[in-house]
Amino acid sequence: MARAKLSDQGRNHLRRFFFGWIIVSVVLDVLFWILVGPHIPPGRMTSTAKADQFDFNILALIALPVLIGVWGFLGYSLVHWRSTREGVPDPVGGPSAAGNHRAELSWIVITSVTVLALAVFGTIALIVGQGSGGGEGPNPIWTPPGSAKAETAALEGKGTWLPNSNQVLPIQVIAQQWKFTYRYPTFGNFETSQLVLPDNTNIAFNVTSLDVIHSFWAYQLEVKADANPLVNNVAYTKTEQLGQFVVRCSELCGLWHGAMFNYGKVVSQADFMAWAQATESKDAANTKFLPPFAWTYVPDANGAAGGYYPDGNLTPYSPVETYGSKQPSS
Amino acid sequence: MTISAEPPQEMDVSEAAPVSTYGPRSWGGGWLSQHLGTAIVLGFFGYIFGHWLGNYIAGGYVYVQGSGQNSTADFLALLFMVLGWLGGIGALNYPLAKLIGRDAKEDPEYPGWSRYFRYTLDHKVVGVQYIVGVLLFFFTGGLLAMAIRTELLNPTVHVFNAGTYIKIVSEHGTIMMMMASSIVVGPLGNYFVPLMIGARRMAYPRIEAFSFWIFTAGYFVIFSALPFGGFPTGWTGYAPLQTQAGPGMISYLFGFAVISIGMMAAGFNIAVTIINYRAPGMTWSRVPVFVWSIIATAALLTLASPVLFAAGLFGILDKTVLTAFYVTEHGGSSYLWENLFWFFGHPEVYIMALPGFGIVGEIIPVFCRKPLFAYRVAAAGMIGVALLSFFVWQHHIFQSGINPDMRPLFMLTTELISIPTGFIFLVGLGTLYKAKIRLEVPMLFCLAVYFNFLIGGVSGVFLSDVPVNVTVHGGFFVLSHFHYTIMGGIVFAFMAGLYFWLPKITGRTLNKKLSLWHFWMMFIFFNLTFFPMFIIGLLGQPRRVFTYAKGLQGLNDFSSVSAFLLGASFLIFVANLVYSLYINPQKAPANPWDSLGLEWQTATPIPVYNFERIPVIMTDPYHYSEEGAPPLADFGEEPLVPASSSTGAGVAPEE
Repeated sequence: MARAKLSDQGRNHLRRFFFGWIIVSVVLDVLFWILVGPHIPPGRMTSTAKADQFDFNILALIALPVLIGVWGFLGYSLVHWRSTREGVPDPVGGPSAAGNHRAELSWIVITSVTVLALAVFGTIALIVGQGSGGGEGPNPIWTPPGSAKAETAALEGKGTWLPNSNQVLPIQVIAQQWKFTYRYPTFGNFETSQLVLPDNTNIAFNVTSLDVIHSFWAYQLEVKADANPLVNNVAYTKTEQLGQFVVRCSELCGLWHGAMFNYGKVVSQADFMAWAQATESKDAANTKFLPPFAWTYVPDANGAAGGYYPDGNLTPYSPVETYGSKQPSS
Repeated sequence: MTISAEPPQEMDVSEAAPVSTYGPRSWGGGWLSQHLGTAIVLGFFGYIFGHWLGNYIAGGYVYVQGSGQNSTADFLALLFMVLGWLGGIGALNYPLAKLIGRDAKEDPEYPGWSRYFRYTLDHKVVGVQYIVGVLLFFFTGGLLAMAIRTELLNPTVHVFNAGTYIKIVSEHGTIMMMMASSIVVGPLGNYFVPLMIGARRMAYPRIEAFSFWIFTAGYFVIFSALPFGGFPTGWTGYAPLQTQAGPGMISYLFGFAVISIGMMAAGFNIAVTIINYRAPGMTWSRVPVFVWSIIATAALLTLASPVLFAAGLFGILDKTVLTAFYVTEHGGSSYLWENLFWFFGHPEVYIMALPGFGIVGEIIPVFCRKPLFAYRVAAAGMIGVALLSFFVWQHHIFQSGINPDMRPLFMLTTELISIPTGFIFLVGLGTLYKAKIRLEVPMLFCLAVYFNFLIGGVSGVFLSDVPVNVTVHGGFFVLSHFHYTIMGGIVFAFMAGLYFWLPKITGRTLNKKLSLWHFWMMFIFFNLTFFPMFIIGLLGQPRRVFTYAKGLQGLNDFSSVSAFLLGASFLIFVANLVYSLYINPQKAPANPWDSLGLEWQTATPIPVYNFERIPVIMTDPYHYSEEGAPPLADFGEEPLVPASSSTGAGVAPEE
């Protein structure tokens, strides 16, 4: 008799907790989706920012009930099953102390299904999002249409980009201690420290480093790719809004890592074209001293890329003396 | 009565008392024999000798021309310092004597205080040495954390310059990671595993003592980086920066190599002990869940640390004899370090998590007066986590430019690991269900582990998702995530273990009021310190920066002030220890929590060889309540301990 009563109580406890959990979870999920979700970083400036924000919010919708469930159960058990007696309570016996294979099994099944679903969801989001703005290495497999052609053309020095042409714009990000420079292979390979992007365009960021590992993190663009020496790490995004963004280094790169940031902006395609052509012609005199465009740059014996200085750095670095008219093939 | 195996201990009784069989040293005992002081002296002279030797054999072989820095000398100095330290403490006496075919003469066990400063083979002494050792590690790392939070109080007004700040960050990370890898296995694992499995000693007491003394040597090696100018790489030590860095980098690389030797030794010894030294009747389904967690951890220590050792060795070779393992320009690869490091680094994460799961699994039934729920699932979860942890390492380098089709695979394995981790939650929640919960201090810490680790685990799922990883990788979100799992998980669990077992170790009751103050301050300010960091990270603050966006100052200041108070909570902890152990010592009963665990069935203080007779285990230690359940263990001539009665549980065989 007492046993039957106990198990009734048990069912009540679980039922009560379950319905409370469902209600609180649904309410909080809805509130999160409406009130918090749209403000989750990094905003909606690019296709990857939008997609990754959506991803984050989906994960949060699943995470909230988990948090509420476990914390709620901890709280519930402290309220209901805390021993009020002084000293050591009697041991718990009978069915309350017994194991429950059904509970174990359902826990395992539910967590497994959730986790596998999350992995499938993440994989689909990664592929549909063309790498989601993360660095895909030198041989990217999830790419926007036309990117392979644009990249090859850029490397051969035949790259072009025109407004309203729906072309992929390749841009090289060169990280070094402790700054980023950007190279535009479709505009005569000029180099600048200000990243300017056209709106509504697929961008292929080719990220490399001249010295140590950095990470190119264009925060509002939702692009993050490690800059490795001698490696071309490619990441894609599509700009969808005008505005400013900040670029930070997110991989510890030495002394001034904390100060390694600069700003960029997304402008209209016409403005971008005007800016790029103006910068190309303005910098042409300097651009000719730069090494020829390549996906990676080898630091040479003369210290062109912060390499080894055999004479104790007595001779200042000079691109003219180093290269003459042509970079040594290395 | 079921007896599964013959006790190995009873077969070689002379082995059970290894030390007393050797005669005293010929050159005197007392403070003239080997102890901490001789270790320091020999370590000092070893350093000088090694530095001289390095300059002698490789004097013209400087790393950067004109710098005068000779990495060979820097490395050999540290190597001979460690050898001198080990020789000075007496760790080499036995192997060296055996090598030349002599009988080893070792000091007899010293009674009293002195043995805590010596190469002692009693696992309980080593356990206490480890407690003091990891607390020293932890408090030095904690002071560095206070320095970090001080610097981050203001984005433009700087307390340290950028270089000093990077050194502090790197040293904090390295010290804390090395501390956390031993924080439970070392102190509580060494102390309680033999007691819990009914063994009189460890399988390899010398290896056990060696693991502690080389662990302390590693502490000095890692700290030697600071006088050498520090290292700028953080605890991850990524390669081109590592190759570029100054002599402090040698301390980091060699420190890791040294500590990984200690980790291998500790893991190997504990794994062998658990497999071979279980008392008769201690079948695998009766092994306490803490022991399960320790054997899973021991396996990880033994298998993952060699990779770190090799990685550190490659780095040292790169810097001393100018090999090019990590130098991309000369045919090496910076990815090699990243992969080797994280191939160790991810099992390391679970080295720092699993023992915490074991502690909560061990403590919660005691304060619920209920059997552990789903014991088999708990054990399976720990083994599952240990196995899977070798297959997830690339999630640390999702954005590094690794082969892109590896990313879905590692996303999958990383998310899979949350299934066995979830088992630990099932076990805890199932045990709480309809229990009679006593909110003693160890129980509070255990509940806090569940509270914190849930945040750590759920944020880990965000990090494992590659698209979201683009947002959060390399920022304060990650930082907060792993502080929630390491500090919120294992440090809280370690504190639970200390409050639970210190009465057994010291024979003293800890002051409850101070303990509660410590708990609540630590719990509240831990969460107030690290939860804002999730937001700081989402708002775009990268890790390891000395300056940040102006708009983030409010959150950073909030976090900093909370961090100072979190640091202050440990002052209460220390005050509690001093007060309860020395100023106003209160004798603790032999079994203050009425636990059924085998370790509580011994007398306090625990006799040198733990058990007068090897107990015969009759059931698992969680049968709090079943009617007619068999007693826990048969101690021989003494009356059986009735398992179902809470009053009988504290009776030790000697009393």
